[in-house]
Amino acid sequence: MLQTKLRSLAPKNDVVSFLILAAILLVALPILFDIFRLNLIGKYLTFAFVALGLVLSWGLGGILSLGQGIFFGLGGYAMAMFLKLEASSPENTAIQSTPGIPDFMDWNQLTELPWFWEPFHSFGFTLFAIIALPTVFAYIIGAAMFKRRVGGVYFAIITQAIAAILTILIIGQQGFTGGVNGITDLRTLLGWDIRTDSAKYILYFINVILLLATLVVAQYIRKSKLGRLLVAMRDSEDRVRFSGYDVSNFKIFIFCIAGIFSSIGGAMFTLQVGFMSPSLIGIVPSIEMVIFAAVGGNLSIFGAIYGALIVNWAKTILSESYPELWLFAMGAMFIAVVLAFPKGLAGIYESYVQPWVDKKLKAIQDKKAKK
Amino acid sequence: MFADYTWAELGSIFAMQGFSGLILFSVLLLMALGLAIIFGQMGVINMAHGEFMILGAYITYLTSNLFSTYIPELFGAYFFIAIIFAFIGTFLLGALVEWSLIRHLYKRPLDTLLATWGLSLILQQLYRTVFGPREVGVTLPDWMMGSFQVSEMIEVPVNGMIVMVITLFITVGVFLFLQKSRKGKQSRAVVQNRAMAGAVGIDTARVDRFTFALGCGIAGIAGATFTMIGSTGPTSGQLYIVDTFLVVVFGGAASLLGTIASAFSISQAQSIMEFFLSGSMAKVLTLLTVIVILMLRPQGLFSLKVRR
Repeated sequence: MLQTKLRSLAPKNDVVSFLILAAILLVALPILFDIFRLNLIGKYLTFAFVALGLVLSWGLGGILSLGQGIFFGLGGYAMAMFLKLEASSPENTAIQSTPGIPDFMDWNQLTELPWFWEPFHSFGFTLFAIIALPTVFAYIIGAAMFKRRVGGVYFAIITQAIAAILTILIIGQQGFTGGVNGITDLRTLLGWDIRTDSAKYILYFINVILLLATLVVAQYIRKSKLGRLLVAMRDSEDRVRFSGYDVSNFKIFIFCIAGIFSSIGGAMFTLQVGFMSPSLIGIVPSIEMVIFAAVGGNLSIFGAIYGALIVNWAKTILSESYPELWLFAMGAMFIAVVLAFPKGLAGIYESYVQPWVDKKLKAIQDKKAKK
Repeated sequence: MFADYTWAELGSIFAMQGFSGLILFSVLLLMALGLAIIFGQMGVINMAHGEFMILGAYITYLTSNLFSTYIPELFGAYFFIAIIFAFIGTFLLGALVEWSLIRHLYKRPLDTLLATWGLSLILQQLYRTVFGPREVGVTLPDWMMGSFQVSEMIEVPVNGMIVMVITLFITVGVFLFLQKSRKGKQSRAVVQNRAMAGAVGIDTARVDRFTFALGCGIAGIAGATFTMIGSTGPTSGQLYIVDTFLVVVFGGAASLLGTIASAFSISQAQSIMEFFLSGSMAKVLTLLTVIVILMLRPQGLFSLKVRR
């Protein structure tokens, strides 16, 4: 009973893919690259959280959000606020006119900590906020839209507008948020210096393990009844509704999950890269996150991770050596994915590589059987 | 917040901000008109709309350079030629894009969105390579500069007036075109019932291409007009795209009247609030209000009642 259930949740192919991915991320990459590059890979992998969320909401559920940067930012800013408060203890900031508040507040003539910063003194609250903030936010957006049966293109445009508003707000309210520079100069996490090489190694592994755990959750959702309902909704919403399901609640749920994934990614971004800024929230980064999922294949949870890795890798390489080519390449990628490879890399793998692998495996098995 | 001002001051504040709101209204409306045709009528999400506007602006910039180098005596009139060039240039590019990209994607709106975003990135980089990363501005002929003194406290800039007049002409033109002309009627017919329109002998594929190109052409005119009030850079188009989409969605897609009404209310709200709050807060409040209203009334201000 339990075994059949497990088998349906984790078919052999998925287990193999999962093990290969885990081996690449946990063993191969740390051996192959020095800590500078590994830290960069860690940064790319924080975007894989977002891409994973998009596979669930967009690939399975058909809900394209162009505002995943909002949630990435919520998680990132929550973590950054905690770290910033720790970095601006009264001793560290003794030269300011008001010691004990973050430096950018002092520059903006604030004399006390704003009320919404206060709870971020507590690490427990920060962790809670990283999960709770995106859930509440996604619930409000989702409930307002899906209960009124607004979806598709309108949902995409409105989430994009919300991302734009949030950026304008953060940039405009410099004294409270650090403005366009964001929150920078983060030093320690509960007294542990996050800027050393050993800390970066540890954070990389924490990041990968969190990502693999998220992957398991995503796989569970994909294979559960909920996942099947999502696909059914995407393909024929009315039929699911007439079968007696409350479509909007499923949509809200999956949108919240995607938000939480992004938020965890954002928090890990802050920890590994050491800052958070509005340039990771707005329209452009949010839509870039969509291309990670699209290149990987918007139906494949493994594809999403490879997509995030490869696109970001290409971005770094290209913008290091040919900065003017990057936008051309990215634009071409958007068009190619839509016109030529709607299922992304995962689709290419499934239709070309996998048959070949299966054939070889079968040949080996046949040989064994003959002996 | 009103207590510090006298009635006369308040009156002229509202008049001045109202007028700058009117200019903003013209700008928003011009941007939204092209999109109202492409998105509102055809249902195609064109994220590269801003880049089409910028193309119009760059064409205007080139035309003004051409005039000042070769025929400086006619420089005062370059703008009217530039508008025509901008329209033709963006119209042709629009037709090309429709043929190569959009027509494959009519049934997949979300994919259109991603593909046109890709197109917008390519165009941006193209502008950056050709015209350089810095913003360019055109020199206005003398008669377009200066301002009218209406009363002691109220001043009206001339270029703002010209923008308004152009907007008026284009809006009336688009309205008449869609309502009265044969091509306009055909394109509305295709939008409302594609199968039936095809059955009565309308070449729907051609009408689609024409309608899309027309929307792009209007974006080009909008871009040409913008050169009078601001400079143009490779990424300027991206700044407008959210506002423009919100205007069209807020007005209720498929309703030209709705687009006008929503451009008017958004611009007036923003410019009056701008006087009392900071610019960014005014924008945040305006956009938030629009989104809240849209959440309560997803079909927008005016909605077309059709049976689907």
